[in-house]
This record gives sequence, structure tokens and C-alpha cells, in this order.
Amino acid sequence: MQAKRTIFPNKVLPYVLLVPQLAVTLIFFIWPALQAVKSSFEREDPFGFKTTFVWFENYRRLFAEASYIGSLGRTAVFATSVTVLSMCLSLLLAVAVNRVLRTNRLYTTLLVWPYAVAPVVVGILWWFMFNPTIGIAPYMLRALGVSWNHRVDGVDAMILVIIAASWKQISYNFLFFVAGLQSVPQSLIEAAAIDGAGPFKRFWTIVFPLLSPTTFFLLIVNINYAMFDTFGIIDATTQGGPAQATNILVYKVYSDGFLGLNIGSSSAQSVVLMLIVIALTAIQFRFVERRVQY
Amino acid sequence: MVENRPFLAFLTHLVLILGVVIVVFPVYLAFIASTHGPGDFMRGLVPLLPGPHMIENYSFMLNEGISSAGAPPLSIMLLNSLVMAILIAVGKIIISILSAYAIVFFKFPFRLLAFWIIFITLMLPVEVRIIPTFKVVSDLGMLNSYPGLIIPLIASATATFLFRQFFLTVPDELMEAARVDGAGPMKFFRDILLPLSRTNIAALFVILFIYGWVQYLWPLLVTTDSRYYTVVMGIKRLAATADSEPQWNFVMAAVMLAMLPPVLVVILMQRLFVKGLVETEK
Repeated sequence: MQAKRTIFPNKVLPYVLLVPQLAVTLIFFIWPALQAVKSSFEREDPFGFKTTFVWFENYRRLFAEASYIGSLGRTAVFATSVTVLSMCLSLLLAVAVNRVLRTNRLYTTLLVWPYAVAPVVVGILWWFMFNPTIGIAPYMLRALGVSWNHRVDGVDAMILVIIAASWKQISYNFLFFVAGLQSVPQSLIEAAAIDGAGPFKRFWTIVFPLLSPTTFFLLIVNINYAMFDTFGIIDATTQGGPAQATNILVYKVYSDGFLGLNIGSSSAQSVVLMLIVIALTAIQFRFVERRVQY
Repeated sequence: MVENRPFLAFLTHLVLILGVVIVVFPVYLAFIASTHGPGDFMRGLVPLLPGPHMIENYSFMLNEGISSAGAPPLSIMLLNSLVMAILIAVGKIIISILSAYAIVFFKFPFRLLAFWIIFITLMLPVEVRIIPTFKVVSDLGMLNSYPGLIIPLIASATATFLFRQFFLTVPDELMEAARVDGAGPMKFFRDILLPLSRTNIAALFVILFIYGWVQYLWPLLVTTDSRYYTVVMGIKRLAATADSEPQWNFVMAAVMLAMLPPVLVVILMQRLFVKGLVETEK
């Protein structure tokens, strides 16, 4: 790993400097994670007197559970939809902002602030808009002949959480796409224009390919976001319901473990989630080291 | 602009205006709802124009709150959120800048190990280790306290990486010169490195303040005493009064107040915010 050519000779000082960070990390991150791994291999008797080591029994039961497999599938649908919807919208807006000159900053300001809105609050905002009794969206949908009730209809509920989660993520993706677009060399675009390529052709043959590092980075970040940071959105809108229709993995691990107190299963779920984050982080960091090239 | 196409320019603005409408509309609706009296929600459709009860709703929520929903006055929760967000941001910055300094400017056994331990925090969000982390905090007697809300969240790999990246760009000559002039490591850190890191610290502060403010799951787990509720989790309690329809005007007044501080931070410090966001995430 990289370090300075010249360094201070102190022997003890670096450890002192590292102590606060390492203490917090070990006590509140690594130790609990190891505990989760440990209890995922154990089973507690109903009275909590005795724990026995059961190897992969918790995992076997977990993957035999129809509701867990269902939750995996719903998480995949949810994460994919949020990622695609929010990235497409953001890219469109970023390209548009990149075309305007004078009002550029104004539009940017108006588009970026949702980053600071907490996921739960986002959930409440959209829950209010789609409220079946007084919400404006169901009212308009009724006028179009569509009946909306996310309290009983699982598909409606899923659509609601996807819209809310995508809305929150637009600002983030937008900023990264704008940064990416600004690093596309203007000379390339001008050269293509001189050769007679119109704006759309220029976008698809020059700008979009040059954006691919940004797009790939955002893809991973968005999947990560949809899988882990949307807890608040689900909790504020549907709480995993109706009939498990929006019970994504991160919500299920909370409701089974913290509310349902099923420690063995919840720990196994935690470990599965950890493996997913580790995989996503590994992909993200490998990519940062070597950018997508052609 | 390469060429002039009026239709495309029109389309561009149309897209942007639609985008702004999509982004702003939910919040506009919440604001409108927060200015009405409770009776205005009985007619079957939310009002679309401001009502006359704004000041009354906001002051009611700030000073009294809806105690039947188990939520204290909003002013207490806002204060808790403010304390939590500021201390998390400051704490993360302090411990990260110190550890980045150790990792970049010193060579010592287990340096790589320390780096990897910090890196691992990226892979362990609270959501994947809820119960054991809760247990550690409860064993340490930190439930329902500010330290319990704050300390478990202040390890930061991203902040450490950002400072490390920045320190690596500081020219070696600067440090050599400082050493020739007789400055020890802490003097070099305080008098040279810290002033150089000012913009990075400010940008990080903006991002981390928002991070601290929007925390939801963690306060939900460690606080059962309403004196320690943060506003973001308190709102959920208000909205979840399941037996009856929530009192929309009050809930939305609370929503507006909970959104305002971090949104203002983003709008007023947009440049630092963008810098912090784009650089920490690399």
C-alpha cells in the first residue's frame, strides 16, 4: 500500500492515533458481525437455556422457507426497478442540464436537495400522495379508471415503494452523471458535429460510451442503495405488506429478528446480506482501481 | 452548444421543468397539507392550495406535539437530531483524519491490517448486524443516551479514505521542510496538514451532517425513552397512529420541519455538498 517516501520515525504515536477508529470498529462493527456469524450456526432452545451448534441447519431451513425465497425474488425486482428507473430519469435530466447554459445552476439546485431527505420521510411523502382515501394520485387514477389500493394489492404496494425509492435516488445519480458529462471532451463532440452527427447520434456514439465508468459505478451504488438504504421507505409505507408483497431482505431481517425474535434464522439472513454487501463492495473497488476501458 | 436547434432547446427545458415538478411536487403537497386545519382532510381529496392554519400547526407541533402518539414536542426531537448529526459529523471527521494521518505518514507493524479493519466497516452496515450490535450497546449500558446514538456510528471508512487520498497528494517536501525546521509530528499535523485540509473537512462535514440527520434504524433500535427520540424516527411514530387516520396537518408540519435543516444545508452549501459527495464516493 502506498505511503509517503519520508515518514515520521515515531513508534507509538501511530497506534495512539488509530485507537479511536479501531476501537469503534472492533466493538461496534467487527465483534457484532462475528457474533452474527456465530449464532447463524447455532440454535437456541425455546427458553434460552441452552444453545447447540447445528452447522448449516439454519441456512438449510432458511432456503427451504418459501417466504425467504419469495423475499429474495422481490428484492431482485425492487432493486432492479429502482436502479433502472432512477438512473434513466437522472441521466435524462443530467443530459438536459448539461445543454442549458444560463439556468444550469438553478435547475441543479432544484433537483439535488432530495438527497438530504431521510428515507422514512420520503416514504411518508409518497404514502400521503398515494393514500387510498385522500391521496391525490389514487384520485387521478380513479378518473382514468384505475383503482389503487396499496393496502390490499401487492402490486400496487410494490409500485409505490419503487417510485418512492427511485425519487429519493434521482438527485444522487443526477450529480454523478453531471460530473461525468462535464468530463466528456468538448472537442470530440464538436468533431462529430462537423462530421454531420446530430445530437442524438452524438449522444449514443460518443457521450454514452464515455460515461460508462460513471454508469457502472452508479449501477453498483444504486443496487446497494435499493437493497440496504430503503429500510425507512418500506417501514413508513407498507411495512413489508400486504401479505409480504414488499418484504425485501433488509426489512425481513429486521422484522424476523428484532420483532419476531427468531435469532437463528435472522443471523443466517444477516450473514447472507453481509455476503451480498461484500460482493458489491468488492466489485465497486475493483472497478475503481481499473476503470472500464475499451 | 454546438449548433442552434430551437426545438431541442425547448425540449431540454421541458424535460427539466417536468423533472423539477416531479421532484418538488410531493413536498409541495406536504407543505400545503401542513397549512390546513384537521377538518380539511375529510372531504376525500387533499387540498392543493395553502390554508390559513400554518403558524398554528407548526407552533403546536414545536411546543406540544401529539403526546397520544408517544411523541414529545418537535423542538426536543429537533434538538436531539441536531446534537446527533453534529456530533456524528465531528466525531467521524476527528477519528478519520487521525487514522488517515497515522496510515499515510508513519510506517509501523500492522499498518496494512489497520487499513483493512477500517475498510471492512464499509461492508457491515447496521442493517446486516442489527441484533448483535444492539446487544453490545445494551451490555455497555448505552441504550437511551447520546453516546449510544452517536458512538456506534462514528467509524468511517469513506472519510478515512478521503483524507488518505488527500494526504498522499501533499508534497513530501512540505513535511521535510517542517522536519528540518524542527516540527514534531503533531505540530506538523496541527499547523500544516489541518489548515490544508480545511475544504475537505468542510465538504465532509456537509455530507456527514446529512448522514447523521437522516439516521432512522439506529435511533429506532436504541431509544425507547422519548427524551432521546430524533425527529426522523419521531415522525414515523406520529404517522403510524394506526387506529385512526393520522392527523395529516400535524404530521406534515412535522415532516416539513424534519426536512428543513438538512435541505437548507444542501441548498446553501451546494458547492461543498457536491464536492463532498463526489469525492467521498470514489
